[in-house]
Amino acid sequence: MLKTYAGSWDAITWIIAFITIAIVVYIIRSFGRKDYRKGEAQKAFFSGEDVLSPEEMHVRASNIYWGFVEAMKGYYAWMRKIHNGIINDYIAWFVGVAAIMFIVFFIQEVIK
Amino acid sequence: MNIMLHMPALLIVLPLLAAFVTPLIDKLSRKARNAFVIAIVVIEEIMMLFFAFHIFSGNIAIYTMGSSEPTKLVTEAAVPIRIVLEVDAMSAFMGIISATVAMAAAIYSISFVEESKGKGKFYTLLLIMLAGMIGMEFTGDLFNMFVFLEILSISSCALIAYRNSDGNAVEGAFKYMVVSNIAALLVLFSIALLYSQYDLLNIAALSKVISYTELDKVALVLLVTSFAMKAGSVPMHYWVPDGYSPAPASITAMLVSATQASLYALFRVSFTLYGKVITASYIGVFLIILGLLSMFIGVTMALSQKDIKRLMAYHSVSQTGYMLLGVGIGLYLLNTSDFNTYGIKAMEGGIFHIINNAMYKGLLFLTAGAIFYRLKTRNLNEMGGLAHSMKYTTLFFIIGALAIAGIPPFNGFASKLLIYEAAYRVSPILSIVAMIVSILTLASFVKVFHSAFMGAKIYEVEEAPKSMLIGMAILAAVIIILSIFPGLVVDKIVAPAAHALANWQVYAGGV
Repeated sequence: MLKTYAGSWDAITWIIAFITIAIVVYIIRSFGRKDYRKGEAQKAFFSGEDVLSPEEMHVRASNIYWGFVEAMKGYYAWMRKIHNGIINDYIAWFVGVAAIMFIVFFIQEVIK
Repeated sequence: MNIMLHMPALLIVLPLLAAFVTPLIDKLSRKARNAFVIAIVVIEEIMMLFFAFHIFSGNIAIYTMGSSEPTKLVTEAAVPIRIVLEVDAMSAFMGIISATVAMAAAIYSISFVEESKGKGKFYTLLLIMLAGMIGMEFTGDLFNMFVFLEILSISSCALIAYRNSDGNAVEGAFKYMVVSNIAALLVLFSIALLYSQYDLLNIAALSKVISYTELDKVALVLLVTSFAMKAGSVPMHYWVPDGYSPAPASITAMLVSATQASLYALFRVSFTLYGKVITASYIGVFLIILGLLSMFIGVTMALSQKDIKRLMAYHSVSQTGYMLLGVGIGLYLLNTSDFNTYGIKAMEGGIFHIINNAMYKGLLFLTAGAIFYRLKTRNLNEMGGLAHSMKYTTLFFIIGALAIAGIPPFNGFASKLLIYEAAYRVSPILSIVAMIVSILTLASFVKVFHSAFMGAKIYEVEEAPKSMLIGMAILAAVIIILSIFPGLVVDKIVAPAAHALANWQVYAGGV
């Protein structure tokens, strides 16, 4: 058992609980309808439209989370601008971080 | 001869000598070369485990290179001379990570680079990379740390450019070289600043006499920023996706460990070298800020990627943020009464996250490599339905993805839980950001899982070759062990490492 600051974590207990819940769910599921027909009843209904083939229905990576990226397009525009692939800028950021640290040290000395 | 006494040197020398023997064996036979490399990395792993558990039982190993009595210091005017290796629990902890990932990467490479040219050189550089990592983690000498940093950087750079017909690989290697050289030069400059004042290069000896002069502060700033850049911390992370994505997958897994060796150097400098004089908490605050930026920017950039390895590379940046946050909180609270309550727990979380990340991120890069091996593309838009034909790879991906997303009962959850709770005590904002990042991590890997593995069968491909599956299985097995026994791992391995880092006097007392 892992002792954390405020409590504890035991993976084995969690796994036992998970398996127990899974068994209960399986038992409840087994009480379901037995007359379910395979084949036609499994087909998705798209308001009478023809259903695309599985290959055509596969959502491509660029379309996933489109809404998230669109909602944050200002942030992503800025991110793309700074992730420009120019090595000079990479080093400029490093110099900038070092400069900020130097300034913090300097201010601390002045406050003392 | 007690072999345990010579372990610190043997663990560096073994891969280093083997690296130079490999091209000779390569001339004789391809199979003999493969067998030799595998034997070396397996022996290295076994030796490392024996040695590490000797160290975890409360020992510190000292080794003076070139001395007739290497376990004793050669001193002149009470100053230790010659290169001294000093291995405490933190060093041994890092050593286990490096050796394990190298073993999985080398076995994986047998099939992965089989069709490539220059395999003798590939394995030579891989073994040099391993020696560089272990050297950085085991050395007790600042200049020697710089030398191993250079050895690691040069071998990594050459391996990133291994597929030199790919322009991206050459460009990535060039950027890595520029960044590494600037970081290494500033590390060297910092070492010169310290040496000019104290006539010392030994970390333990320096930590006893360091007086926090203006030059010491300049050296501290340069060391922290240089190692933070090498560790891939935002906003000095830009080289990470450029370098990680075009490198062979097994090398990318090794690069994760290599960046963690730089993280180790950052922690060693902050906690041990400056342990006596760092009473102000702003270095800890600095690490916490870098951690937060790395977590958030890393994961949001990952979410919008379509190159599978570039996506995973941004996640590496994000995961480095967790480590910086956890250990940064420890440094922030060092020398306060809160350190012994939640400060040390945050450090344990950060350090536990180092081994967790090395294993699951290494595994995820290997699964990405298996996909590339079969499809010859890293573009997620061109993938789909791979779960039909690459069942084991899919399983390994699921293990790695659930672990990195911090889903119970996987190891990522255990280390993140330690960090969340301790971070909450410092500021609830820190925990909230860390949890949001974890959710976005899950979302990102759901995207990869859907794009690459789900859907109808599009490609007629076979499962990855056996050696690649074995490489992935090794890391998956370690993840499962870390997941099921987090308490044991933290008590026996992580807590000794955290205490070794927090108590600079113990490390200093070793010399």
